[in-house]
Amino acid sequence: MSSYEARFQVWRGDERGGGLEDFTVEVHDGEVVLDIVHRLQATQAPDLAVRWNCKAGKCGSCSAEVNGRPRLLCMTRMSVFDRAETITITPLRAFPVIRDLVTDVGFNYEKAREVPAFVPPPGLGPGEYRMFQEDVDRPQEFRKCIECFLCQNTCHVVRDHEENKRAFAGPRYLMRVAELDMHPLDAAAETGLDRGRTAQDDHGLGYCNITKCCTEVCPEGIKITDNALIPLKERAVDRKYDPLVWLGSKIRRRPAGGRAPAAD
Amino acid sequence: MATGTEPQQNSGGVRSRTRAAIAAPHLRTDRWWLAPACTAAGLLAFVVYSTWRAFANADYYAAPYVSPFYSPCLAENCRSMRAGPNADLFGGWWGISPAIIILIFPLGFRLTCYYYRKAYYRAFWASPPACAVAEPHRTYTGETHFPLVLQNVHRYFFYAALLVAGVLTYDTVLAFRDEQYQWGHMGLGTLVFLANIVLIWAYTLSCHSCRHIVGGKLKHFSKHPVRYRAWQFVGRLNARHMLLAWTSLVSVALADFYVYLVASGVFDDPRFF
Amino acid sequence: MSVVDRQEWDVVVVGAGGAGLRAAIEARERGARTAVICKSLFGKAHTVMAEGGIAAAMANANEHDTWQVHFRDTMRGGKFLNQWRMAELHAQEAPDRVWELETWGALFDRTKDGRISQRNFGGHEYPRLAHVGDRTGLELIRTLQQKIVALQQEDFKETGDYESRLKVFQECTVTRILKDGGRVSGVFAYDRETGRFFVLEAPAVVLATGGIGKSFKVTSNSWEYTGDGHALALLAGAPLLNMEFVQFHPTGMVWPPSVKGILVTESVRGDGGVLRNSEGKRFMFDYVPDVFKEKYAESEEEADRWYEDPDHNRRPPELLPRDEVARAINAEVKAGRGSPHGGVFLDVSTRMPAEVIRRRLPSMYHQFKELADVDITAEAMEVGPTCHYVMGGVAVDSDTAAARGVPGLYAAGEVAGGMHGSNRLGGNSLSDLLVFGRRAGWHAAEYAQGLAARRPPVDDAQVDTAAAEALRPFSAEAGGGGEPGPPENPYTLHQELQQTMNDLVGIIRREGEMEQALHKLAELRTRARRAGVEGHRQFNPGWHLALDLRNMLLVSECVARAALERTESRGGHTREDHPTMDRAWRNVNLLCTLADPTGGLAATDPARGQIRLARETTDPIRPDLLALFEKEELVKYLAEEELYE
Repeated sequence: MSSYEARFQVWRGDERGGGLEDFTVEVHDGEVVLDIVHRLQATQAPDLAVRWNCKAGKCGSCSAEVNGRPRLLCMTRMSVFDRAETITITPLRAFPVIRDLVTDVGFNYEKAREVPAFVPPPGLGPGEYRMFQEDVDRPQEFRKCIECFLCQNTCHVVRDHEENKRAFAGPRYLMRVAELDMHPLDAAAETGLDRGRTAQDDHGLGYCNITKCCTEVCPEGIKITDNALIPLKERAVDRKYDPLVWLGSKIRRRPAGGRAPAAD
Repeated sequence: MATGTEPQQNSGGVRSRTRAAIAAPHLRTDRWWLAPACTAAGLLAFVVYSTWRAFANADYYAAPYVSPFYSPCLAENCRSMRAGPNADLFGGWWGISPAIIILIFPLGFRLTCYYYRKAYYRAFWASPPACAVAEPHRTYTGETHFPLVLQNVHRYFFYAALLVAGVLTYDTVLAFRDEQYQWGHMGLGTLVFLANIVLIWAYTLSCHSCRHIVGGKLKHFSKHPVRYRAWQFVGRLNARHMLLAWTSLVSVALADFYVYLVASGVFDDPRFF
Repeated sequence: MSVVDRQEWDVVVVGAGGAGLRAAIEARERGARTAVICKSLFGKAHTVMAEGGIAAAMANANEHDTWQVHFRDTMRGGKFLNQWRMAELHAQEAPDRVWELETWGALFDRTKDGRISQRNFGGHEYPRLAHVGDRTGLELIRTLQQKIVALQQEDFKETGDYESRLKVFQECTVTRILKDGGRVSGVFAYDRETGRFFVLEAPAVVLATGGIGKSFKVTSNSWEYTGDGHALALLAGAPLLNMEFVQFHPTGMVWPPSVKGILVTESVRGDGGVLRNSEGKRFMFDYVPDVFKEKYAESEEEADRWYEDPDHNRRPPELLPRDEVARAINAEVKAGRGSPHGGVFLDVSTRMPAEVIRRRLPSMYHQFKELADVDITAEAMEVGPTCHYVMGGVAVDSDTAAARGVPGLYAAGEVAGGMHGSNRLGGNSLSDLLVFGRRAGWHAAEYAQGLAARRPPVDDAQVDTAAAEALRPFSAEAGGGGEPGPPENPYTLHQELQQTMNDLVGIIRREGEMEQALHKLAELRTRARRAGVEGHRQFNPGWHLALDLRNMLLVSECVARAALERTESRGGHTREDHPTMDRAWRNVNLLCTLADPTGGLAATDPARGQIRLARETTDPIRPDLLALFEKEELVKYLAEEELYE
C-alpha cells in the first residue's frame, strides 16, 4: 500500500473571520478527502470542525467545497487529484459560517417548511393506496435527494445574492414542489392548492435561469433542472402564460385563484 | 441550534459578512472558463454568419435547393422557386431581405430554448460564468421581470418551429429533383438537406416544452399509455438536447452555406443520379 | 453555576432517527408538547443507511403471508430469546405502520397491480420487505421528517409559531437524564454549535438513540452510534438487557481501508447475488445448520430455481440469517480461502444483466464505483463481516416501551432490547422503529399528561454536576481532573477502544480474550478521565468525542461482561469455547446495571468496573404463540420443562 504526503489548505475560522491554513498530511491508497480531514483532527487539529455522518454518500452531511467545487467530502476520492497539487477545502460559501468547515444551513430548513405538505386523498384509508410504478418513477427520482444542500449552495441566485434568499426556495425545495405535484395521489388541487402556481408565486421559480449548476453538483445524479425545474416552469406556463387558457378564464369569469385546466 | 435559524438579510454574495471570510470570488483550479468561452465563440460565429447571410438577400436559391434561412419565403421580393416554398403573404411593401421575416421564428425558438438560455446566460451574461464562480452582477431577478419573463413564451415558438420544420421537410423532398425539376434525382446537396432536416426535427422534438405537452403535464401516465410512450421517446431525445441544439445549429448553417456556394457559382452540386 | 437555559416540554425524544421521529409524531398527535433532540442535522440520522426494506406481512407479494408467519420467522431468527410479546406486537402492527407512511407521502416501489412491492430477505419465509430500490431508510426518514414539518405547518396555522408544539433541537447532545427521586424530570444537553448547555424539563423522555457500533473498529455505523441512549439509561438507573448480542452483518466492504465496514445491502443476495470463496465455490451450502436444514436448498440448481418459483423450491443458503452467514464467511477466510483483501466474493455480475443490476441496486453500483472503483456489473465485490447492530438494549415493557425501574423513561428502536432476541432479521429494524417508536411516543404522552400539574421538578444540584462533568475535558490539560498522568488524546483513546472491542469481543469470542478486554477497558477508563481537548466549546469535535467516550466505555463493558457470562453460542454471540447453542440458556436474560446506583462515575473504582450483571428467567412463551410452531422445531430450542408446561 503506497502512501504520500499531500499538501492541504483548510479554511479555519468563524463568523468573525478566518483564513486558509496550511497542512501537510499523510495520504494512503483508496482514501477520500474526509479521511484526510479525520487524520488532521486526530493528529494536528483536534478541534477542526466538520460535519459528517455516514461516510458513504447517503446522509449528505459532509458537504463542503474542494478546490472551489461543491462536493461531498466522503465521496471525493484522493486519487482524482494530482499528488503535487495543493488541495483547498472550504466550507459551503452560500451559507453563514459557524466554524471551520461547518455552516449554518438553517435557510434550507426554513424553506422546507414553506412547501405545503402532501395532502392525502380523501376517502382512501391506509392500505388502500394504489399507485403504478410508471407514475411513481418521476417523484421517486426526486426522493433520492439526500439533502446535502450542494444544489442550494451552488445556485447563484442565492449564493451570489443574499437578498434573494427571502423569495427563492432554491432547487431542492422547488424540486420538492415538483415531487408533490407529480405524486399520483396528492390531493392538493382538490383543496384549492395549485402547486404549479405556488412554485412561481410563493417559491420564486422565476428566479431560476436554468443554468443547471444544481444538476451538475448533485451527488445523487438527480436531473434537477430537466426533470423538476423545467417541468415546473412548463406547468406555470400552462397556468399563467398560455393566452388561450387566459382568454378562457376571462370569458368564463373564473376567479383568479381558480384551478387551471386539469392536468389530465 | 434549532431549525428556525433566520437567514441573514444583508445583501451581497460569497463575500457577505456572515459567510466564510474568503476574498477570492472562487477557488476553482480547473479550466472552468473553457466551456463558457467555447459557447461564446460558437454562438458568436453563428450570429455573425447568419446576420451576413440573412441580410445578403442573394444566393439563397440554386435549383432545386433553397436555403433554410429563406424558407418559407413570405415576401413578394423573393425569387420564385418552382413548386418551392413561396408564400407571398407580405406583399410588395417588404423591402429588405425576406429572410428576416421567417428567421424570427427559429431565432425565437432557439433564443427561448431552455438549453440556449443556459448557454448564453453563462457565456454572455456571466450569470453565473460557471458553477461556484461568483457572478459580477450586483442584483439579480432572474426571469421574474420584463423582458426575461418573456422566456415563458417558448412554447409558442415551439409550435411555430414545428411549422418551419414542416416547410424544411418539404424543401428536402424538393431536393430530390434535379436542376430541371425532374423527380428522382439526388445530389450531394440532397444529403446535406437530409442530414439537416433530421437534426432539425430531432432538436425540435427534443424541446422541453414538447416533452411537457406530449405527456409531461400528465399526473397519471398509467391512464395514458400512448402519451406515456411518446413522453419516454421525447425524454430520450431531450437528454441530448444540448448536443442536438449544437449539431442542428451547425447543420442549418452548413445547409445554407452549401446553397450559397452552389448559387454563387463557387462549385457545381455533384449529382449522384 | 446553574444559569443554564431551561425550557418546559411534555415529552423529550432523544434521537431523530426512525424511532425518535415516529415517537415524536405520536406524542404530538396525542396532544403532548414534544421536543426532539438529535446530534446531527435533522434528517441525517443513521436510519438513512438502511437499504433493504421494511418487513411487514402485508401479503402483497405472497398471499400466504400473515403476522403469524412473520412472528415465527422473527422468533427463529432470534433463536427464541426474543421478548415474545414484542415480536408479536411487531408482527401484528408492522403492516399498519407501513401503510400509514403512504398516507404521509411515502412512495414505495409498486407491484403490477399498484400495491406496495415486497422483496425477499434473509430469514423471511415470504417476500416481505416493502422497499424503495436500495434506499428504503432514506425514504422512511424523509417521510417522517416531512410529516413532522406537516404537523409544524398545522401548528403555525393555529399559533403562528412552527415550533409551538413540536420542535427539533438539531446538533445537540444529551449527556444526562435528570431525575427527581426515582422519576425522570428532564434532560441536560449541550448545543454542539455553540457549546452552550441547556435543560429541557420534561416528565417523560423517550430514548431513541440507536446503537453502539462506534465502539468497534470495523462497523457500518455512523459516528453517532456511540451508545448514548444505552449509557443514559444505565446512568439513570435502568437496566440493559442481553448486551452480548451484537450483530455482525455478513457483507461489509473490505477494501479500500477507508471504507472498510460500509454496508453492502442484503438485497444483493435477496435479488440473486451469491457468495464464493477464492476457489470459486458457493460455500454457503456447507454451512446450513441443523435447525434450518429443511428450509434451505441443498444444490445450486434448486437454489437458483427458487428465485423464479419460491413455492416449490427451497431458498438458497445465502439467505440464511445474518449470524450464520457472517460466521461462514469468517470461517472461509480463516481457512485461507478468502479474497485478496481478507473477505469473500459476492457476485451479481454473472447472475444478472448489467442493466438490471443498475436498476435494482443503484446505490450499491454507485458505492462500489465511486468508493472502490469496482464495477459490480462486471466483477465480484469483496465483502466481509462488519459490526452492524446491537440486539441488546434498554430493558423495556413490551407494550408500553417503558424502561424498567425508571418512571418516565421510554426506549424504542435499536436502543431498546428484547425484540430481536439474539439476532435480528434484515428488514425487522425499520418496522421495529415504527411499531415501538409509536408505542413509546403514545405511552410517554399519556404518562406526561397523567401527571398534569404534578410534574417532577429539576434539581439544580444535578444540573451543576452535569455541567461540571461536561466541562472536565477542558481542564484535563491543566491537570484539573485530579488524575495523575499526562492528558490523553480522545481520538487515540477511541481508536484503542475500537481495536480492543474488534479484536477481543468481536465476531468470535474466547474467554481469555474477553478477560483481557475487560482489563484493557479498565485501563482506558482511567485514561479517559484525563481526556483533554484544545480550543473552545464552539463546534469542537475533540470535546464531543471526549464526552462520547464515557458512553462507549460503559456500553463496551456491558458487552464484554455479558459475553463472558453467557457460555453458549446463540445468534449474534459466538463463543469458540462454547460453540453450540445450549437450551438451558434459552430462557435466561442477562441484565446489566450500574455498579454505583447513584450514577456517580467518579466514585467507582475504574479497575473494578462499573457494571454489575444479573441473570433473570424470561416469562414463558404464551401457549397460543408456541402452538404456531411444530413440536419438532421447538425441541431444538426449548428446554424440556418449557416444552411440557
